[in-house]
Amino acid sequence: MPERKLRVLVAKPGLDGHDRGAKVIARALRDAGMEVIYTGLRQTPEMIVEAALQEDVDLIGLSILSGAHMALAPRILELLRENDLAEVRVIIGGIIPEEDIAALKAMGIAGVYGPGSSTADIIADIHRMVGAAAE
Amino acid sequence: MLELVEQLRAGNRRALARLLSYIQDEHPEARAALAELYPFTGRAHRIGVTGSPGAGKSSLVNSLAHAYRARGRTVGIIAVDPTSPFSGGAVLGDRIRMRDLAGDRGVFIRSMATRGSLGGLARTTGDAVHALDAAGFDVILIETVGAGQSEVDIAREAHTTLVVEAPGLGDDVQAIKAGILEIADILVVNKADRPDAQNTVRALKAMLDLGRSQAGRAWHHGRLLDQSETPLHAEPDGEGWQPPIIESVATAGTGIDDLLAAIDAHRDYLQRSGSLARWERVHIEADLAARLQQALLADFVRAVGPATLRTTIDRLARRELAPSAAVDQLLDRTNHQAH
Ligand SMILES: Nc1nc2c(ncn2[C@@H]2O[C@H](COP(=O)(O)OP(=O)(O)OP(=O)(O)O)[C@@H](O)[C@H]2O)c(=O)[nH]1
Ligand SMILES: [Mg+2]
Repeated sequence: MPERKLRVLVAKPGLDGHDRGAKVIARALRDAGMEVIYTGLRQTPEMIVEAALQEDVDLIGLSILSGAHMALAPRILELLRENDLAEVRVIIGGIIPEEDIAALKAMGIAGVYGPGSSTADIIADIHRMVGAAAE
Repeated sequence: MLELVEQLRAGNRRALARLLSYIQDEHPEARAALAELYPFTGRAHRIGVTGSPGAGKSSLVNSLAHAYRARGRTVGIIAVDPTSPFSGGAVLGDRIRMRDLAGDRGVFIRSMATRGSLGGLARTTGDAVHALDAAGFDVILIETVGAGQSEVDIAREAHTTLVVEAPGLGDDVQAIKAGILEIADILVVNKADRPDAQNTVRALKAMLDLGRSQAGRAWHHGRLLDQSETPLHAEPDGEGWQPPIIESVATAGTGIDDLLAAIDAHRDYLQRSGSLARWERVHIEADLAARLQQALLADFVRAVGPATLRTTIDRLARRELAPSAAVDQLLDRTNHQAH
């Protein structure tokens, strides 16, 4: 029977080098039955939001290791609002200092996951965040 | 008119994206919207891009789209990747190679998972192409799953089918299965910067020469009528289309002008020879056959009911009944009910 699949964009903004973490999470989400659009390295906020629009995703997962999260996150949220995509959830994985987490959440980031986070927890959270949309 | 349709026709990209989701989810809204959009379809040139995994299909789509944009044509792209049979999920990675196209509103890229269908496309790819067509894109590029042998469905969806191969993908000749050559309107040897590229060109030439000795390329999919016997690509006077071999370096844009020229030549050929009209009829016929099959089967299963189906399967398993006899009995049963 046809069904509504969760669609997730996994993107790696910023200029730092590798996307190992992003690939691991992309595969874990696939194994949890989601359709993951993987866009690769060095994505600008504009590119990320444009891809989210064209792909009609429920959620964006950002992998940020560069320390630029406090600049990238608000810009992406702003672009989402401008494009009438405010309902798209955004989560961040990476190395985020404790003191920034509250600020990110306050600006509308739905979840922040450090290096020790389990993929099972992330998947459960995603289902909670956008699961209702999948009914 | 549905609001979604109105928005899409007015160029609203979000409406197009939403409709594409409805289409893939086989949501009732998609059916209604596609019915309203159907009169606006049939304009775009549909180009299929198929070939072995890693041959450079996405990179080629990227540079082709670029070249079309430079000529002022708008481009819709559908990139299909396989759904994992274990989880039902998918990683859709073709956009990685299409990053140059970001920020251009004349391009729309959509990734699609196969969701269990074989043959290199999703079951709903045809409808997704209709949506892009009705949204007004001049050229639609369709990248299939890279499986190297069974993705022949693309020939049914594309006016012009590119089969992309590259040197060094294991056993060159083995990778190029006969079925895939049969559907090629243009052969592309990508990664021509690799030293062994000429071996691939030679192997393809040899296989093409073999293929040419056979009769015109027939069409096997979804036949409803016996009268459309003319092979799709053979002209009445016997002068059919000969697939050219184009060498390219997709990542550097080399050979892309030649490829565009070959695609134009193929389109001209289709128009001049009347093949385009024939393609259109064959395409519509195959699509109708697929839809009928699906609808009739669903209807039939509903009419027969699960209990009868179960007992029939039991009897088949016990070898009390042959499959062909089972079909006759089931058909008989529903015929009686109908009268
Ligand atoms: N040397 C060389 N590398 C190329 C060329 N075209 C593509 N590549 C590289 O080949 C790899 C695969 O390219 P893709 O465009 O992703 O190939 P694909 O056929 O779309 O792959 P799948 O969708 O996974 O089947 C990438 O690393 C490209 O950078 C080329 O012309 N020359
Ligand atoms: Mg690809």
